[in-house]
Amino acid sequence: MLDSILFYFFAGVAVISAVLMVTRRNALHSAVFLITTLMATAGIFLQLRAEFLFIAQIIIYVGGIMVLFIFVIMLVRLDVALHHIRFRMKNLVFTAVIAVLGAEAGAILYYARKLPGQGLFIQNIAPAEKLAPNSEKLAESLFSNYLLPFEIASVLLLVAMVGAVVMAKNKKRTEDS
Amino acid sequence: MTPSTLQSILHFLQTWWVELTCGVVIVAVVPLVAGYLVLMERKLMADMQARLGPMRVGPHGLLQPIADAVKLLIKEDIIPSESDKFIFWLAPVVSMTAALTSMGAIAFGPSFQVARDINIGILFVLGVSSLGFLGIILGGWASNSHYSIIGALRSTAQLVSYETAGGLAIISSLLLSGTLSVSGIVTAQQNQHVWFIFLAPVAFFIYLVASIAETNRAPFDLPEAESELVAGYMTEYSGFRWALYFLGEYANMIVVGSVATTLFLGGWLRPFPNVHWLNWLDFLPGLFMLLLGAYCTYRAGKQPVKVQTAFMWGVALCCFLVALIFAVPWFVAPIKFVIPGLNGAFWFLLKVTAYIYLFMWVRFTLPRYRFDQLMHLGWYILIPLAIVNVFAVGIAMLIAANSTWNHALVLALATIATTIVTLVCAIFLVRWHDRHTESASLAPDSYVG
Repeated sequence: MLDSILFYFFAGVAVISAVLMVTRRNALHSAVFLITTLMATAGIFLQLRAEFLFIAQIIIYVGGIMVLFIFVIMLVRLDVALHHIRFRMKNLVFTAVIAVLGAEAGAILYYARKLPGQGLFIQNIAPAEKLAPNSEKLAESLFSNYLLPFEIASVLLLVAMVGAVVMAKNKKRTEDS
Repeated sequence: MTPSTLQSILHFLQTWWVELTCGVVIVAVVPLVAGYLVLMERKLMADMQARLGPMRVGPHGLLQPIADAVKLLIKEDIIPSESDKFIFWLAPVVSMTAALTSMGAIAFGPSFQVARDINIGILFVLGVSSLGFLGIILGGWASNSHYSIIGALRSTAQLVSYETAGGLAIISSLLLSGTLSVSGIVTAQQNQHVWFIFLAPVAFFIYLVASIAETNRAPFDLPEAESELVAGYMTEYSGFRWALYFLGEYANMIVVGSVATTLFLGGWLRPFPNVHWLNWLDFLPGLFMLLLGAYCTYRAGKQPVKVQTAFMWGVALCCFLVALIFAVPWFVAPIKFVIPGLNGAFWFLLKVTAYIYLFMWVRFTLPRYRFDQLMHLGWYILIPLAIVNVFAVGIAMLIAANSTWNHALVLALATIATTIVTLVCAIFLVRWHDRHTESASLAPDSYVG
């Protein structure tokens, strides 16, 4: 029972703050609600006993990516930027996107005749207390079965990082000269 | 309310009462402890500057924190008219909540821990306590003031840079213990008969510097440099909101002290936990409090005013009471099981206090860094050094694992060798850095805005 209470609490917080995030006019308020959504999602991970995913979500998304978002929001004048984005057919495009997404979700629900998450095939149903510690499991599979994808991803990230540094450096040099 | 709901609530309380009590104790006690840390800091500062410090409220100013708290509570609550009210209200709360929440996973003793044995314990503490920056940056933005926003930007830049170095520093301790769980790390230090500070001294030093920078304390207190930014991100805050920020900051100090204690200083273990002829050390907590009480009794007669004599007697009585609490389990068999817990908490808090004392000592000794110096220290010296150190610890562990001799001895020897290599690397890094940035270090502060 505790599990379902926790789940509905976190899910409710996530959905409500996601809606608030979209509807706020102030960009920083939106960012705050996005943080709330991410934290609530992390809470759902923890309720599912995926504690490593929970802390990775908090450290990477809330502690890392959101810093970047807030920095950009604080340093860029968004009302000016917003003015540039407005274009003539925006209502039409938005309606089309929403219609396509809605049709997709409806089609999935209609053909499956189930709500999302219902009727999933679950392997090895174990009581929550007896699950193996999943940070070890994650490390094992990352460094054995998925070693190549893991390395490719890290090289990709390194390339992106070096690229960002090079771009920042170049700009400074032209300013100096 | 149906009986079944009531029953399930009762069942819930029966299962979780220890954790709930620990949580309530943390939330209730930490603000008080933070207040007394402020007093300790002021007394220390006074001592190092040949003054007396707060002396008026209570004997030797012992009631000063409570007076301060009352003063802050009844102060006018000023909200700037141009500020963003919602975020202005939210920011200090976030700052304090993050610090208090992260204490949930710290093991203050063998069994005093809110989130017992979660196997990501140390990551939880680091990740959640780093959310405090959100409070700082949101507060700085919401105040709608230049000083605030510059302070907030500096604080965030500093936090992001030094968190990398600090994170790399803790890896060596995690490598040596092979687990992320807080109590697992302490147990590993007991099993290996050594505190990890002796196996990874460079990592401890990097963590020390990084933790000073992360808590925004001198010599890295750029975000609230009084002479430049009034009070940084806290400029527009007053009264109890300001107190919340302050509370968050001091709670954060306790958190980083606890992390360093757990990772490098042996957590709740007493010195030499496996040496049996030193078992008398288990009586030390009680004896220590007894001596403190005796000293207070001795000093009570020398107080100038009658009220202060009475206060001093009160303090002595408190000390004797704590000593009694430490002593009783030795004589009453049914509650003998609490002895390890009490002693563990005593040693843990002693180490944390020593760490915080070091913080304060550094604060009153070293002058403040300039912002570009701070960034250079973080990115050019500490992070490369931390990476080299991770390699060094890994190599030492490999050597120890592949040798057929006494494992602990080989590990110690290999560690000494790799530490020397790391230090040589550090010297080269510093010299290289000095040679290449001689002109840059004279440039004006280009980060402030």
